[in-house]
Amino acid sequence: MSRVDGYGRIDRSRTVTVTVDGTAYTGHPGDTVASVLLAHDARPQNTSVKYGRPRGIGAAWTEDPVGLVQVEEPFPEPMLLAATVEATDGLVVRGVNGQGRLAEVPDTARYDRRHTHCDVLVVGAGPAGLVAARTAARAGRSVVLVDDRPTAGGTLTGTETIDGRPSLEFVADTVAELAALGVVHLQRTTAFGHYDDGFVLALERRGDCVIEMGPRTRQRVHRIRAGRVVVAAGAIERPVVVEDNDRPGVMLAASARDLLHRHGVLAGREVVVFTSDDAAYAAATDLADAGARVRVLDARERAPQAGRRRCEDRGIPVETGTLVHGTRGEDRVTAALVGALTSSERREVPCDLLLVSGGWNPAAHLASHVGGSLAYDPVIGAFRPGELPPDVAVVGAANGTFALADILREAGGPDAPVAPPEEWPEPTLVLWRTPGDPTRQFVDVARDATVADVERAVGAGMTHPEHVKRYTTIGTAHDQGKTSGIIALGILAELTGRPIQEVGTTTARPPYTPVAFAALAGRERGDLFDPVRTTALHAWHVAAGAEFEDVGQWQRARHYPQAGEDMTAAVLRECAAVRTSVGIMDASTLGKIDVRGPDAPVLLDRLYTNLMSSLKVGRVRYGVMCGNDGMVFDDGTVLRLAEDRYLVTTTTGNAAAVLDWMEEWLQTEWPDLRVRLTSVTEQWSIAAVAGPRSRDVIGTVFADVDVSNEAFGFMTWQDTSLDGVPVRLARISFSGELAFEVTVSSWYAPALWERLVEAGAPHGITPYGTETMHVLRAEKGYPIIGQDTDGTVSPHDLGMAWAVSKKKDDFVGKRSYARPENRNPLRKQLVSLLPTDGATRLPEGSQIVAHCDDGRLPPAPVPMLGHVTSSYHSAALARPFALALVKGGRERLGEVVHVPVGDELVAARIGESVLVDPEGARRDG
Amino acid sequence: MADRMADRTLTPTHPLADRRGLLATVADETAGAVRLELEAPVAAVDLRLDPRGTGPAAVAAAIGAALPSAPDTWTAHPTGAALRLGPDEWLLTSTAASAEDWEFHVDEVAAAHGGMAVDVSAQRTSLRVRGAARELLSFGCALDLRPASFPAGRCAQTLLGQSGVLLVAHDVDDLQILVRPSFAAYVADLLVDAAGELVPQPVP
Repeated sequence: MSRVDGYGRIDRSRTVTVTVDGTAYTGHPGDTVASVLLAHDARPQNTSVKYGRPRGIGAAWTEDPVGLVQVEEPFPEPMLLAATVEATDGLVVRGVNGQGRLAEVPDTARYDRRHTHCDVLVVGAGPAGLVAARTAARAGRSVVLVDDRPTAGGTLTGTETIDGRPSLEFVADTVAELAALGVVHLQRTTAFGHYDDGFVLALERRGDCVIEMGPRTRQRVHRIRAGRVVVAAGAIERPVVVEDNDRPGVMLAASARDLLHRHGVLAGREVVVFTSDDAAYAAATDLADAGARVRVLDARERAPQAGRRRCEDRGIPVETGTLVHGTRGEDRVTAALVGALTSSERREVPCDLLLVSGGWNPAAHLASHVGGSLAYDPVIGAFRPGELPPDVAVVGAANGTFALADILREAGGPDAPVAPPEEWPEPTLVLWRTPGDPTRQFVDVARDATVADVERAVGAGMTHPEHVKRYTTIGTAHDQGKTSGIIALGILAELTGRPIQEVGTTTARPPYTPVAFAALAGRERGDLFDPVRTTALHAWHVAAGAEFEDVGQWQRARHYPQAGEDMTAAVLRECAAVRTSVGIMDASTLGKIDVRGPDAPVLLDRLYTNLMSSLKVGRVRYGVMCGNDGMVFDDGTVLRLAEDRYLVTTTTGNAAAVLDWMEEWLQTEWPDLRVRLTSVTEQWSIAAVAGPRSRDVIGTVFADVDVSNEAFGFMTWQDTSLDGVPVRLARISFSGELAFEVTVSSWYAPALWERLVEAGAPHGITPYGTETMHVLRAEKGYPIIGQDTDGTVSPHDLGMAWAVSKKKDDFVGKRSYARPENRNPLRKQLVSLLPTDGATRLPEGSQIVAHCDDGRLPPAPVPMLGHVTSSYHSAALARPFALALVKGGRERLGEVVHVPVGDELVAARIGESVLVDPEGARRDG
Repeated sequence: MADRMADRTLTPTHPLADRRGLLATVADETAGAVRLELEAPVAAVDLRLDPRGTGPAAVAAAIGAALPSAPDTWTAHPTGAALRLGPDEWLLTSTAASAEDWEFHVDEVAAAHGGMAVDVSAQRTSLRVRGAARELLSFGCALDLRPASFPAGRCAQTLLGQSGVLLVAHDVDDLQILVRPSFAAYVADLLVDAAGELVPQPVP
């Protein structure tokens, strides 16, 4: 056991059991998987991704390039760092061999998102962040403070002094003051992305730590919009690359210190500290105080006076001008290979832990995300924030300010707390690697990428870090090069003989640490994945046993199967009812736009291919709307309500797009037109009553209305009322049958629908759904825009040249009809297809090939004539039929073509698109 | 048959009638932290007027209160509310008139000034959120709903989850959500789902 009494912020009164690679280990609340393993002198059974070399724990937090584990229980999660997974009772993890696995079962945990607004967001609750938050809160700002560790304080260990008190007392007092000032303070919350204008995404881990009293939501993405963002994210220690530095037992110096003070764990007993920076001295003395045998090897000619003195007090040998060149050992370090700076001699120094420290890299990623520049500072051997966007500040170690006294002053301004100044610091020696075999010097331990790989990249002609990154994969692992990125730049500079300032950097991009897709999805899964839009009649459809289909976001009744019916049977029955008696359908999802103003006729004339200004009040006209390219964009009916008022309907899926289209023309091209558009899609519900008996039903319910053909002609509308509620009736048919559309305020739609159904009962009124509607309209050759068209089909191609005005000077799409291609007789045209066997229903989307006598598919490339757009069984025809777009189809009427269906070629005869009642005799009843 | 039906009246149906029970559970579940209530339908018109013309004053005289002129604000008038939806667009509600009378009445005034009113009474339905309303909405709405940023008298067309809504601030702890009826069930379910986050948690 390497647990040390008297250290750590763990709850030793309670134990938790964690299973790693099949072995149960005990730990305490406050532990991580890494600290539990190190407390038991164990490591996860990891091997590296490329060479299969053993991997241990390399650092105490998210910068660790190696300590990856697969969580198995409570829920499988791949590739998490042992150093960041909090130890909870029952947790089961195993080491990974370079790759984890995703869960094969749905994640039942809850994830959500929350929007937060504040004046100031402070990222990081170390000394800089706490003081920055306190300063802003005291000034009356609304403040959000986020920090990724479980507790505030950052790298403070408790050994420091702030305002004359132990540092952790200062932390506790500050946290309490922030709470009293109303600061939203979130621990275990990682700000992982920073976007323009103060928008920051942060992931809060709420449930990983508390099993028995788990919060309802496991992880939450906070979408924070801040007036000002203060990045106080600290710094990440920089290793020095030596031979075999990937071996378990090599760790960052500050991480070993963090493990001791946070978790009460000694990561090694025989410790060699190799440093070119002062900070590692604190690690050396603290580990020695906790019982380790420590030796310091400083690459610099001079050791810092205070650090050396403290080491001497503890009997820690300090050698200056000394380098570690490599490690020895099998699956863990047993010795460091050491030599003087000036000598080629090497000696082995036995150890079970090699701590390395080459200085510190500011964690300014969040400033870079929004375009903050970085400038190389040779004094610290790292890039620090340069020019920043407005309202972004970087303070403390993230800004390259490393001494506690300086950090506090920088973050707090005039009322900053004070800390004793650092005693006689010694400048950092910038050292990327020590002399050795480049094939065994790992630059990115996570990617098994060595100095030799960087050499190969340079040899291949690459000089820019972005190229080298992609060639070597350095910096592309889970840690995104938190420790390796800067070293790769330094080594690239060395290999290309340039100063590092000229090498440049790669760009830090979100996320700072990995984020589970489940967290990003939040509640947008299951029923809340996408809104389900329903009509006012939905409850009736459900009660009537409807099967539904999605049309855009709408849920529409598709058919109403009776006991024992499949869809084909139900649709045939519903079709037959409409053709022989009467059916009723909910057409409320049709888009409806109120077009009003003196220039309404002008606007509609310009947007529809046909004339709308000539439409008389009280009448209805079918209209086609095209894009600039002359291709059909939408269709629908237009009711003229008054000289200056129309009601336009659109297809269900295009309602919003058509309104946007009309508004775009109105607002940007023709702002002079006095017209206003109002969406009334949901204001009005529509019941379509169709079939030879529909007149009886309408006549019964609306006894005051003369529904005779003479008084109420096809394509006219009349207003009436029912029990004082206004109702509009229109003779519009999408089935070819006598039909009425009954429009009423959606408030009254269920009540009116019930009346219609009741009145239709003597005639066996049959509710029918969209599938039946599709069949009925297809029998009449009416296209569905978006099904029988695909944006390349003109009104002429649909056989609707009659709907394209020749009288109008101009309308949207008109000029395109003069293009030679639009007059090409081989354009695809809408026709019907009747399989000659009278039995095969051609699959929609099937290709159509020219007739071949032998019934075999010709050799590739097979000449394609077009494709099937709609295909159904017809009750009226007592056979299957299809609509298709066929090259030069109108010229091929009567020809037989072939459609590959599975391995068969099915013969089908091309016909007119209208198959049922081509004379239109049925529409008037 | 016609005679028999003439004795009856058509009964309106609230778009969220089948969610009424579910919404009512929220107050209990959250120990009163938040309450979700359906509001009775009211007459409403979409009023379009040139804001620089004589129309706004004429409408104000007719309804008995000035139309709100600042963007994203609303005002009360003797029988309802006036919400400014756009530079030349207002939503005018009335609890006193029938939908068709309200359209006729407002339209008559507006038409004389080159404007118009269109009945949109059934185009939206209304949910009232009382209590920790702003906290609840923060789970689905990106707007800054802090009381200082969105005080009583403000309104905004925005997204709640993936649904367009019209938010109306009545008080610090009182918000109204106007939503298209087709999206109303989604919005209700979204709010009930989020309200679970306001359930008091046992302290570990």
